[in-house]
Amino acid sequence: MTDYLLILLSTALVNNVVLVKFLGLCPFMGVSNKLDSAVGMGLATTFVLTLAAVASWLLEHFVLQPLHVEFLRILTFILVIAAVVQFTEMVVRKFSPALYQVLGIFLPLITTNCAVLGVALLNIQEDHGFLDSMLYGFGSALGFTLVMVIFAGLRARLALAQVPAAFAGAPIGFVVAGLLSLAFMGFAGLTTH
Amino acid sequence: MSDGPREILNEGLWRNNTALVQLLGLCPLLAVSGTVINALGLGLATTLVMAGSNVTVSLVRNLVRPELRIPTFVLVIACFVTAVELLMKAFVYDLYLVLGIFIPLIVTNCVIIARAEAFAAKNNVGRSLLDGLAMGVGFSLVLVVLGGLREILGHGTLLAQADLMFGPAAHGLTLTLIPEYRGFLLAILPPGAFLGLGLLIALKNVIDRRHAARRALRGAVSPAGPAVETAKP
Repeated sequence: MTDYLLILLSTALVNNVVLVKFLGLCPFMGVSNKLDSAVGMGLATTFVLTLAAVASWLLEHFVLQPLHVEFLRILTFILVIAAVVQFTEMVVRKFSPALYQVLGIFLPLITTNCAVLGVALLNIQEDHGFLDSMLYGFGSALGFTLVMVIFAGLRARLALAQVPAAFAGAPIGFVVAGLLSLAFMGFAGLTTH
Repeated sequence: MSDGPREILNEGLWRNNTALVQLLGLCPLLAVSGTVINALGLGLATTLVMAGSNVTVSLVRNLVRPELRIPTFVLVIACFVTAVELLMKAFVYDLYLVLGIFIPLIVTNCVIIARAEAFAAKNNVGRSLLDGLAMGVGFSLVLVVLGGLREILGHGTLLAQADLMFGPAAHGLTLTLIPEYRGFLLAILPPGAFLGLGLLIALKNVIDRRHAARRALRGAVSPAGPAVETAKP
């Protein structure tokens, strides 16, 4: 049990996907203007990332490896992710139109979120078991959501701050992200792995 | 959309630079810019994929039904990435190991699909190839500059581990700029990447503003200024 808790904590905080592993930066910079859109993106990504981690693990171990066609991994994984996104969109639209209103516009964007493909590939690279893969996916997604929400809050404050003209907009965003990343380095310490 | 080749180059290398202006493809940009050689390796791989996918998309642009456009583009890109991955595994295996997961992740580099959708799907093969190369080179340039910045600050060297890319003969290429340097770890770690890119974008803003101010000044001094400016761009 503690093992599983440790996986969750280490993927969400210590090895945060966005700030430490540099995955999923496009939505991190692009969709963090408003707090509620950041929450929506986080929820949608959590769902897709966990499902995609499970689906890609199953495919790798039951299709690609028995057939010895590992070189098709990129191609199959990206297809699986696109299918999972489509599936999520259909399910959400059918069962909860209200939720669809919130998440709908973010779903297509998730296909090109490199955190999803990245976590699926890391699971294979590091030879995780089935349950570990699922938790790894879920923990990473939690970390992604956490950082998205924190950053959206910071940007709301930044919008009111007086910033030197050259830094207005994206540059100050990166500087703030750097400081946030520095804060998250506190979990691991300032060392190279 | 009917710009000349010069316009396409300018667009890709500076005015609409993927990394500095469009802010796309940030993950590989920040993740592998620890050293110049890593940056160069990934930049070349991305340029190759972008040029290939732009040409292919441009070739099939009239055959693909509009609703199947995006899946087709993604598959084309995935094929090129697989090819590049296998090539790197065969010829620069050590570099392949260092870049690791970021080679397959070229698939989800939003720049590539954005150019396929916005440019290659509407233009002929030659222009698409040029656009792919310009965008790719613009991206690689930022990658290499950021890599150089972080390497000098972090290790005090330039072009370390050049042998990963150019073979054992390139050992001598490594420049030690600051001897006896103890290293500045922050520049190598993730925060350094964020801060570095923020500074680079700010620098581009300053240069653009200076440029605009100078042009406005010239226009104000001689009334014919702007007209001459547009006559020979």
